[in-house]
Amino acid sequence: MDLFEYQARDLLASHGVPVLPGGVAETPEQAEAIAREIGTTVVVKAQVKTGGRGKAGGVKLADDAEDARARAQDILGLDIKGHITHRVMVAQASDIAEEYYFSYLLDRSNRTFLAMASKEGGMEIEQLAVERPEALARIPVDASKGVDEAKAAEIVDAAGFPAEVRDQVIAIAVQLWDVFSGEDATLVEVNPLAKAPDGTVLALDAKVTLDENARFRHAEHEALEDSASADPLEAAAKEKDLNYVKLEGEVGIIGNGAGLVMSTLDVVAYAGEEFGGVKPANFLDIGGGASAEVMANGLHIILSDPAVKSVFVNVFGGITACDEVANGIVHALQLLGDEATKPLVVRLDGNNVEEGRRILAEANHPLVTLVDTMDGAARRAAELAAA
Amino acid sequence: MSIFLNENSKVIVQGMTGSEGRKHTQRMLASGTAIVGGVNPKKAGQSVDFDGAGVPVFGNVAEAMKETGADVSVIFVPPAGAKNAVIEAVDAQIGLAVVITEGIPVHDSTYFWAHAQGSSTRIVGPNCPGLISPGRSNAGIIPANITKQGKIGLVSKSGTLTYQMMYELRDIGFSTCVGIGGDPVIGTTHIDCLQAFQDDPETEAIVMIGEIGGDAEERAADFVQGNVTKPVVGYVAGFTAPEGKTMGHAGAIVSGSAGTAQAKKEALEAAGVRVGKTPSETARLMREIVGA
Repeated sequence: MDLFEYQARDLLASHGVPVLPGGVAETPEQAEAIAREIGTTVVVKAQVKTGGRGKAGGVKLADDAEDARARAQDILGLDIKGHITHRVMVAQASDIAEEYYFSYLLDRSNRTFLAMASKEGGMEIEQLAVERPEALARIPVDASKGVDEAKAAEIVDAAGFPAEVRDQVIAIAVQLWDVFSGEDATLVEVNPLAKAPDGTVLALDAKVTLDENARFRHAEHEALEDSASADPLEAAAKEKDLNYVKLEGEVGIIGNGAGLVMSTLDVVAYAGEEFGGVKPANFLDIGGGASAEVMANGLHIILSDPAVKSVFVNVFGGITACDEVANGIVHALQLLGDEATKPLVVRLDGNNVEEGRRILAEANHPLVTLVDTMDGAARRAAELAAA
Repeated sequence: MSIFLNENSKVIVQGMTGSEGRKHTQRMLASGTAIVGGVNPKKAGQSVDFDGAGVPVFGNVAEAMKETGADVSVIFVPPAGAKNAVIEAVDAQIGLAVVITEGIPVHDSTYFWAHAQGSSTRIVGPNCPGLISPGRSNAGIIPANITKQGKIGLVSKSGTLTYQMMYELRDIGFSTCVGIGGDPVIGTTHIDCLQAFQDDPETEAIVMIGEIGGDAEERAADFVQGNVTKPVVGYVAGFTAPEGKTMGHAGAIVSGSAGTAQAKKEALEAAGVRVGKTPSETARLMREIVGA
């Protein structure tokens, strides 16, 4: 889960990382009140989870509280690369003497954590990594050891931070590790880490990604979820503990196992090329168990998507055999009753496949077509969606 | 031969007394696996009945190994306790720890991976279906009755695609099928399995299944080019996955331009691996190679 800048800032502050005073506003009036409290020139920043805010007009300086209100008025509602701005952060504006970069992230390839630091911050780090890789220190962090002051000093010295800020940056590096490790983050990135004219080092902007698998020990992270901008179908699926991702397409997809469902999307997209570019409408993994109730919940979500014209149910009967899955589908259609209005193409394979197919054939549901192969079923589902 | 797991493997189950652990221990026993014990400190000294066969419960992995000679542990312990369960298995120097548990925080898996460096334990998973050497032993949740013993080696990030491929090629059969798991940090990689299959005289050809996220497939492609002389066919899932969305598996995410299915397919093809467009086509490619 990616956090908004203001959430990241609050999280950093709660671990002692120095940040500038500020607050988050959902209305121009709130922005004005925050600016008045700060009492200096402020910066009003759109809170959207995408880059390029500045270029899109989402970051403005304001001289006083009235000005902050006007700037917030301009920015709230702004569409930045498809993200609508619902909130702005109002923070004390700071003159910047120097800009640095610091981050911790998961390094999947090496199965470890990585600290990245540079005394040249402000620009996109991907760009810096390509153009001047020598300016970016990359120091692996052993997950079983973490970052203490000595490790922090190793990182800071590898990046060649100026002597006058070295001690401050070391302290911040330890605090940021505390955020990364203590909050179960997979990314903590401060860009820029800035030196103010008085020599103080501050985190001016931050990106934090939290590991949702760690929710069982971070109940407080739930409050950070952005349920307002979540897709309504994704939100409904989440409530039912279903693994659902909304896509732009016409063929509803339901299957068991993440890999098989991803594969199903691909096979439907290939088949759809023949039928005017029909595409999969969603990812939905109902897991290995696939009970009637879970199947019904899944079908309910998919059928409530107005874009869906046909549904492809693709199940491999492994742990749950095909006869149980077939009974689940029949039962799910009973539970849904009149709600089931779109044609369903079902492909079953695996354990007890003959019995599974017999059950579906016998139920003889008018909406259900049984196709033996995944490729054939995808083709049929695409054809039905294009009709 | 097979890799990592054979008819002599003695298997214990950490979390055997939980509902998932119990269900799958039953299935592993039914497929002929030598399950010699379970581990649960709260139930040490008890025995769990599986259709009349009592399986003893030990207080910890070290004790279970000492009493039974176990060399494999299958771990069903829920996410909150999984890290300590794996560390316990590693510290007891078990040969193979198969972590089935889904939903382990990545700070925990990265920790136990670091902890296992330099130890004698191979970790498979987490968030995986385990591995099976058909007709010999089954450590995990892979359905045993969809295929038979044979000459293909299979390594896959995805559970159900593993089953699908096992089923499609069931007439030819498999030496070992390894589900390595869909988490961002896993113990045994495609490369580890490719190396083991290359060295296994019984394996004649290899299927490798990948999916979006990370660069494991690209690294595997490099490895194949330099080290694998046996034929390899591949499949990659997730061509239609949008950027920035996690597709079911915690590790299945395209980040910016990194981790795309297209890049993985191209890397594999450049290494001489024939990549199927669909699982069925991949199975057909394998048939052409092994001539069945």
